[in-house]
Amino acid sequence: MIRFENVGLRYGMGPEVLSDISFNIPAGSFQFLTGPSGAGKTTLLRLLFLALKPTRGLINIFGQDASDLSLGTLPAIRRRIGIVFQDFRLLDHLTTYENVALPLRVIGQSEPAYRKDVEELLQWVGLDHRMDAYPPVLSGGEKQRAAIARAVIAQPDLLLADEPTGNVDPTLARRLLRLFSELHRLGTTVVIATHDIALMDQYEHARRLVLNEGRLHVYD
Amino acid sequence: MTEQATAIALDETGGKDDTRVINPIVPANGISGRALVVVIAIMAFLASLTIGLVTAISNAAESWAGDLGKELTIQVMPEEGRDIVADTLEAARIAQTVPGVLNARVLDDSALRGLLEPWLGADFDIDELPVPRLIVIGVDPENPPSVEAIQAALSDTVPAASIDDHKIWQERLHIMARTIVMAGIGIFALVLAATVLSIIFATRGAMAANRDIVQVLHLVGARERFIAWQFVRHFLFLGLKGGNAGGLLALFMFLTAGWFSNHLIATPAGAQIEAMFGNFGLGPDGYLAIVITVLLVAGLTAITAYISVVRIVRNMV
Repeated sequence: MIRFENVGLRYGMGPEVLSDISFNIPAGSFQFLTGPSGAGKTTLLRLLFLALKPTRGLINIFGQDASDLSLGTLPAIRRRIGIVFQDFRLLDHLTTYENVALPLRVIGQSEPAYRKDVEELLQWVGLDHRMDAYPPVLSGGEKQRAAIARAVIAQPDLLLADEPTGNVDPTLARRLLRLFSELHRLGTTVVIATHDIALMDQYEHARRLVLNEGRLHVYD
Repeated sequence: MTEQATAIALDETGGKDDTRVINPIVPANGISGRALVVVIAIMAFLASLTIGLVTAISNAAESWAGDLGKELTIQVMPEEGRDIVADTLEAARIAQTVPGVLNARVLDDSALRGLLEPWLGADFDIDELPVPRLIVIGVDPENPPSVEAIQAALSDTVPAASIDDHKIWQERLHIMARTIVMAGIGIFALVLAATVLSIIFATRGAMAANRDIVQVLHLVGARERFIAWQFVRHFLFLGLKGGNAGGLLALFMFLTAGWFSNHLIATPAGAQIEAMFGNFGLGPDGYLAIVITVLLVAGLTAITAYISVVRIVRNMV
């Protein structure tokens, strides 16, 4: 599904923050991307999401060379990827329901067409009672679940999550992990960036991609 | 619930009863949006006021020149041994025979007295003074008579008559009118440039406040055209709102000024203003200029928003 070959990235004229990164993400796999704070997990996720261009190396995503993608073809790729940002990136002027429905709204689906799916998903993540609430009044955990619901509403092929349990208590963290594993069971490829070892230990079958000092080690 | 939200809800559900009211992707209200509307309204008002004044002055200038071009004046000088009254009537009769002359009106003693009164006062005997007599010739604007032909016809019978076609006055008026109109156009160009720059900067400022929305839309897979349309629609609405407010205020100013000038017309000051600017009536071209200015302002706002969105999206790739 995704292949990185000797990918390197530097910001401006600074040192390389990622060096010689090579790995494959097979379709239907589940992996944790881990490493100490500042190791480059978020940067690697941004490369996976095509929000950054590598300084060198090759990224192949869904069978297409990332360097060949144009502004016109990029949205089609993005729609196959769901992403949960560390800072959630919910729009404050939209309700929880509207934030979750956003990926469907931008592809032109009408409100009645997506209403049932959004309501079911919100129920699934335990936010059905907060459907009409705006993000500023949601708790950290509620925002987290809303962000996850938005990432998965369009049934993406690949789900990327950046520290999805960073703002929640252990009970909620376990619940969120169950949610990700359920998505995985339904066929979604999952990449979760986290430095929460306890969380990773709960899902022992997952691959681990460990970033350290800009280099990646894969543990299958 | 905002009107815009309701409209979108209806739009997306085809007007069904079980509508869930959904907010527009770009928030309808915001401090930056309100500030932008105020900036647009002020600049549209100034631009509309300027273009309205330029068209009013231009029309007044044309009407001055047109009025002068419709008349000629024959002046009969008093000469020893000649009857000036008979000469004047003869000159008027001869002038009327020239093709292109519509009528010839001899100014009577009371009219002459009125012309001289500001200089000589009311107590003078016009017959005791060597006052030239005047004949006002109305000319056909489509087929104006030759000044030389009138002069030739008069020279044999009334040698004391001379003709004035107001050419010098007309030229001076033309130059003055053209100068005023050119200065007005120059001022309008400056106001327009200031309007364009203010609107561009204010729109970019308002767009900066919406940068997060553009980024999130892009990250959830929205196409550039979709994102641009959300913002263009929103900013076009803000542009029309501000532009209409400014344009209507300018129209109100012109209508108020017109009303005052009509009510002041009996006073000397009113007469002077009337002579210079007409009655402040805008005329169809003035109204059209204001409508075009408002549309221009709204269009400029929308285009600037579009360029800003495209720039933000392309910087993200």
